[in-house]
Amino acid sequence: MNRPTSSYFGKYGGQFIPETLVPAFRELEAAYEKFSKDSGFAKEVDYYLKQYAGRETPLYYAERLSKKIGGAKIYLKREDLLHTGAHKINNALGQALLAKKMGKKRIIAETGAGQHGVASATVAALFGLKCDVYMGRVDAERQAPNVYRMKLLGANVKIVETGSKTLKDAVNEAIRDYTASFADTHYLLGSALGPHPYPTMVRDFQSVIGKEARAQILETENRLPDTLIACVGGGSNAIGLFSAFLKDSKVEMIGVEAGGDGKKHAARLTGDGKVGILHGMKSYLLEDEFGQIKETHSVSAGLDYPSVGPQHAQLFEQNRVKYVSALDSEALSAFHLLCETEGIIPALESSHAIAHAIKVAGQMGKNKIIIVNLSGRGDKDVDHVRRVEDGEGELR
Amino acid sequence: MNLREMFSSVKGAAFMPYICCGDPSQEFTVKLIKTLVANGADAIELGIPFSDPIADGPTIQAASNRALENGMNPMKAIEIMKKIRKEEINVPILPMTYYNILYSQGTEKFLKMLKDAEASGVVIPDVPLEESGELSRACKNTGLDLISFITPNSSKDRIKHIAKNASGFLYVVAVLGITGARAKVENQALELIKNASSMTKIPLVVGFGISKPDHAKAYIEAGAKGIIVGSQIMNIYSKYISKDGKGFEEAKALDEIAEFTKEMKKACVGK
Repeated sequence: MNRPTSSYFGKYGGQFIPETLVPAFRELEAAYEKFSKDSGFAKEVDYYLKQYAGRETPLYYAERLSKKIGGAKIYLKREDLLHTGAHKINNALGQALLAKKMGKKRIIAETGAGQHGVASATVAALFGLKCDVYMGRVDAERQAPNVYRMKLLGANVKIVETGSKTLKDAVNEAIRDYTASFADTHYLLGSALGPHPYPTMVRDFQSVIGKEARAQILETENRLPDTLIACVGGGSNAIGLFSAFLKDSKVEMIGVEAGGDGKKHAARLTGDGKVGILHGMKSYLLEDEFGQIKETHSVSAGLDYPSVGPQHAQLFEQNRVKYVSALDSEALSAFHLLCETEGIIPALESSHAIAHAIKVAGQMGKNKIIIVNLSGRGDKDVDHVRRVEDGEGELR
Repeated sequence: MNLREMFSSVKGAAFMPYICCGDPSQEFTVKLIKTLVANGADAIELGIPFSDPIADGPTIQAASNRALENGMNPMKAIEIMKKIRKEEINVPILPMTYYNILYSQGTEKFLKMLKDAEASGVVIPDVPLEESGELSRACKNTGLDLISFITPNSSKDRIKHIAKNASGFLYVVAVLGITGARAKVENQALELIKNASSMTKIPLVVGFGISKPDHAKAYIEAGAKGIIVGSQIMNIYSKYISKDGKGFEEAKALDEIAEFTKEMKKACVGK
């Protein structure tokens, strides 16, 4: 009964769960272990990714944006073009198929921005599973269109009124539900975080982003990119892109955290985060002097989370990935610039990655190449941005 | 008094209430412990509130929130433990909290502080056996019992393995789920107690969902040596907290707690 070493990324990760959940996680680990090696299962996932979700996604050269900044060539990995509007569907399809194989009848999910909730509700409808999505009151208000979308798709949206009423609290409620329901329920966790095997499993389901991008850039430019940039909330879109390039030591990788308003933020790696234990994993987190989890702030609900996936903590420690942060205001400027130069409305989460690309591209030569993961589209954010900029105040 | 001495001297089974430190005030916590012990409690499980208690249901979540809002923190909880020892309360005190509270202070350093405040052991629900290496070593180094859990879905092999590594007592989780008062006795828990009794000599203490003396009787008949009640105690006194959280009819709350404790103790002794 020794701890499997594969549950850790260096000293980060693990499986800090109540005893009641141990059999549920053994079952999940065994199922994932089995099906991740099963070529039939992989084919099935690929089929739905292609025929249903719309893969592969383009690697688009954002020429007008690049020229406007006047430096490196910026490519956008267009995960925003996927069905449901974000990379979240990659993982949701994989896990829902796994849940079916495990004989589960119901899925539960947490959601911040609502993109993972929508993806979960979508795959539940697709595969005939019952679906409950936990969402904090604050997030439900600032991402109202997604709440209605989930309901249209037949999911039951459970509004969470505890704690900061954001993503962290939605995860708490989903874990509590799972503790009582795992016999017939799969917890479809949406990011590369939480207890083992989620950080590994979610990364694997998202790794299609990096595999495609790597092949595409070799095809178009006949070489590897100089820099990869992705936003990091829990970190699933970033690890999905980065994982295919980890062995390419010359490729620089940058993860962008939410810098918030400069005072209140969600910068775990670049701010004052410490190593601790939350949501079943050991990783960096934002806490007060007594170990109580701090409330975070970001204009983007999907980055508003006090901890970060354990593999990112390891990559940070190894200095393999550089982590930076972008302020709310910088993300909003980037949001507008991409709208105006390319006719693409990005999600506020992805706008943080674009904001950093804007900062660095100008300092790089014109022969340099950046790939930005455009992890989601911004339709869900349009009303929120309008409110923030009209001075109506943020919904929180 | 440590846990072993308590279990060997107690008549029947031990009544071991759980309370949330600092809910709704530090002063009340001291009075509550005195009332519980005066009316028969054999040990106190003292919850040190954490912002994100994933193993707890709505009752203990609400209690934790009230305590945190009123300024409770781990250092103040330790002060309260010292204070009650000065009041000549000698029953074992078992701090219960989540791993991050210990980890953030330095696990062994924090455990030493608990030991200095005369804690008997600790209950940490988010550290299963596989992750317990550092915590278990630190508990041994400081002389505190680390309480382990078994649940109705634990396999026989796993129960044996957990029991072999256990100290103090085995915490038998009666329900598949989170904490909170329930209406009935759980058959799966009765089965678990019977099975586990045949595998280990370590005392079995049942918790989660217990709200009535009859529940205690059924579990004790099956072989339990202790009964933990948490949410039901909070349900009783929180009725007397006004909706705006400002008023609290403390005397009435303590009277009702005293009555409840007597009844539970009676059930535990076997009368």
